[in-house]
Amino acid sequence: MSHEAVLHGHESHGHDDHGHHEHHDTFLTKYVFSQDHKMIAKQFLITGMVWAVLGGLMSVLFRLQLGYPDASFPWLESILGKWAKGGQITPEAYYALVTTHGTVLVFFVLTAGLSGTFANFLIPLQIGARDMASPFMNMLSYWFFFSASIVMLSSLFVETGPFSGGWTAYPPLSALHDASPGSKTGMDLWIIAMALFVVSSLLGGLNYIATILNMRTKGMSMTRLPLSIWALFFTAVLGVLSFPVLLSGLILLIFDRNFGTSFYLSDIFVNGVGALSNEGGSAILFQHLFWFLGHPEVYIILLPAMGMVSEILSVNSRKPIFGYMAMLGSLFAIAVLAFLVWAHHMFVTGLNPFLGSVFVLLTLLIAVPSAIKVFNWLTTLWRGNIRFTPGMLFAIGFVSLFISGGLTGIWLGNAALDIHLHDTYFVIAHFHIVMGVASMFGMFAGVYHWFPKMYGRYLNNSLGYIHFWVTIAGAYMIFWPMHYEGLAGMPRRYFDFSIWESFKQFADLNRFISTVSMIVFAVQILFLINFFYSIFKGRKVTVQNPWESNTLEWTAPINPGHGNWPGEIPEVHRWPYDYGKDGHDFIPQTTPVGADETGTH
Amino acid sequence: MDTVASTEKKKLHPYQILLWVGIGSIIMMFAGLTSAYIVKKSQANWLEFDLPRIFWWSTGVILLSSFTIQMAVKKIKLGEMGQYRGFTALSAILGLLFVILQIQGYQQLEANHIALTGPRSNSAGSFLLVITGLHLLHMVGGVIALVGVSLKANFGKSTSINALPVELVATFWHFVDILWIYLFVFLMWVS
Repeated sequence: MSHEAVLHGHESHGHDDHGHHEHHDTFLTKYVFSQDHKMIAKQFLITGMVWAVLGGLMSVLFRLQLGYPDASFPWLESILGKWAKGGQITPEAYYALVTTHGTVLVFFVLTAGLSGTFANFLIPLQIGARDMASPFMNMLSYWFFFSASIVMLSSLFVETGPFSGGWTAYPPLSALHDASPGSKTGMDLWIIAMALFVVSSLLGGLNYIATILNMRTKGMSMTRLPLSIWALFFTAVLGVLSFPVLLSGLILLIFDRNFGTSFYLSDIFVNGVGALSNEGGSAILFQHLFWFLGHPEVYIILLPAMGMVSEILSVNSRKPIFGYMAMLGSLFAIAVLAFLVWAHHMFVTGLNPFLGSVFVLLTLLIAVPSAIKVFNWLTTLWRGNIRFTPGMLFAIGFVSLFISGGLTGIWLGNAALDIHLHDTYFVIAHFHIVMGVASMFGMFAGVYHWFPKMYGRYLNNSLGYIHFWVTIAGAYMIFWPMHYEGLAGMPRRYFDFSIWESFKQFADLNRFISTVSMIVFAVQILFLINFFYSIFKGRKVTVQNPWESNTLEWTAPINPGHGNWPGEIPEVHRWPYDYGKDGHDFIPQTTPVGADETGTH
Repeated sequence: MDTVASTEKKKLHPYQILLWVGIGSIIMMFAGLTSAYIVKKSQANWLEFDLPRIFWWSTGVILLSSFTIQMAVKKIKLGEMGQYRGFTALSAILGLLFVILQIQGYQQLEANHIALTGPRSNSAGSFLLVITGLHLLHMVGGVIALVGVSLKANFGKSTSINALPVELVATFWHFVDILWIYLFVFLMWVS
């Protein structure tokens, strides 16, 4: 079947031949250079999981240093070689680990791994489309991500080490080859990887937007879309509008690094190099360009999780989502505000205090849509007939983490408080809970919930419960104490706190945090085992709609081929949240509105 | 918002939406760069200089090329393939000419001792190079797309005439044209 026919099969003819399509696939076109959105989603997911393991392992390694600054682990030297001479991680390696952990988790796991996976998987299936607007571009999107991954991975193995100047890549550390070992080849590879990554995100994002706007099935009006789709839509809009700005910032950085220009560099004095010949550059300029992406990026990470959680909470509460239009409006508000708050990352850069106060106001405004969402999630759960599946538990866990982490955002959004809290462990605690762990929970919720649709088998529930409870308890045990450390002024990015009189009191606490982080990491391995075992040996899905859900993906066959529906694409007659309506437990979107039905959405 | 969506013939092809969203994305990149330009200009150490005269010629060329590519779209819709090929080739040549003129503009600046890169450079010149250079790359992309579309039309398997690919290229081409007008006015007016 031609590509055009896959795309528009539902328009041109009713009975298309997707059944035959499968036979033409070779291993290469089905599993490697696939243009099927479902396979591309799995590619994103598994690549993201590889990065999650690597990035998580890095955090375990630097937590080892923070928890046991005086101890020596000979096995470290046998793994890391010169980066852990004498069994202790060197300061250079520590900074490289912290930097790579941040870059990898933010971009490769929680952007590509999260929205790459679920935008690809859910958009065509939930809006009723055969595939994306351009399956070819979609395939390119994955392969750009894959190339970015390879380049980033290779930077771990160069002699001078990967980039070590923090995931934000501020100049001059990022702009000067001689600033640190990691600023040499490591930084070159970092920039190349990020440029490839931006291209991947743009290709993906364009496709998601075009598909949602143009390829919905009959009856699927915009206000009948599941909230997961709305969230992925705003995520794509944010990405498409903010990643190009990062790219332009990186291009200027490349010029400063390689062509002697003075965008970010000025006549500063560098140890061992002397005064630079550059004139008039402004390092703050990079921060503006970076955070103009950087803040929307937070919502690029968070919105897909919010959308999926809304969907999963409603399905497993057997209740309509509370306040659908309010949810939609708050997603929109968050997407708009995301572009107006970037300077709250820069309160201590010498920003004009008056300008700062405007950014404080705009930042605190985000609490309004966030609170609306939390209220609606809780009222969706309220008096629901809750089914505590692992996916549901992770969705509830997301809400819990979003509340806990969101509240500290109100602290940090205040410029006056931020002067004290900036660059302390308080910030680490805040963004890990509200963005990092919460979005990971959204991702886990999505994987547990849609695994049956992805692979036609179930994940093991018992392992899922262990995974959930250890992870949620561990996440709080790791990040809650960091608030106190931060309030006491403990700065982030320091290699060893044991030499500071004022932070010696936290030695035991740091050891505790490190120990818990290892346990939590071990439990994620349990999840991986569950995941890969279940792909091949999990309990088979025998019913088309195992969660008794209303959305369209569950009307497709248990193992859908390329094109998703063997016959015509189903027509939609209602919104996706008719749970517990008129005496019916659930009414799928494909069911026509009955004559005696009460008001429909 | 419409409550009844339909799959009947929609006005825009999915590829056109893709292109328009992509254009929005490109606009954001140049918005980022030109706002960085404004921020940087207000700071110390900004070199004032006149734009190379040849940029006026390149402006004329790119405007003309927008006209020729629109004619190509018109001709393919009328089925006049000979004229269509002529206008496509002319557009591609004008596109390349634009690129050459821009590069000559940079050389003029360098000849007037305004370094665009290197240790003697001022960020005013470097910004000019980066901003117009990225624009130039988009023009090159447009030419490559146009050549690709023509090759596929002439040597591809399909026998029916499809105006969509060249229409898409034309939309992009006009955008690159308008973007240049914006950048040209911006660089003249702000500096």
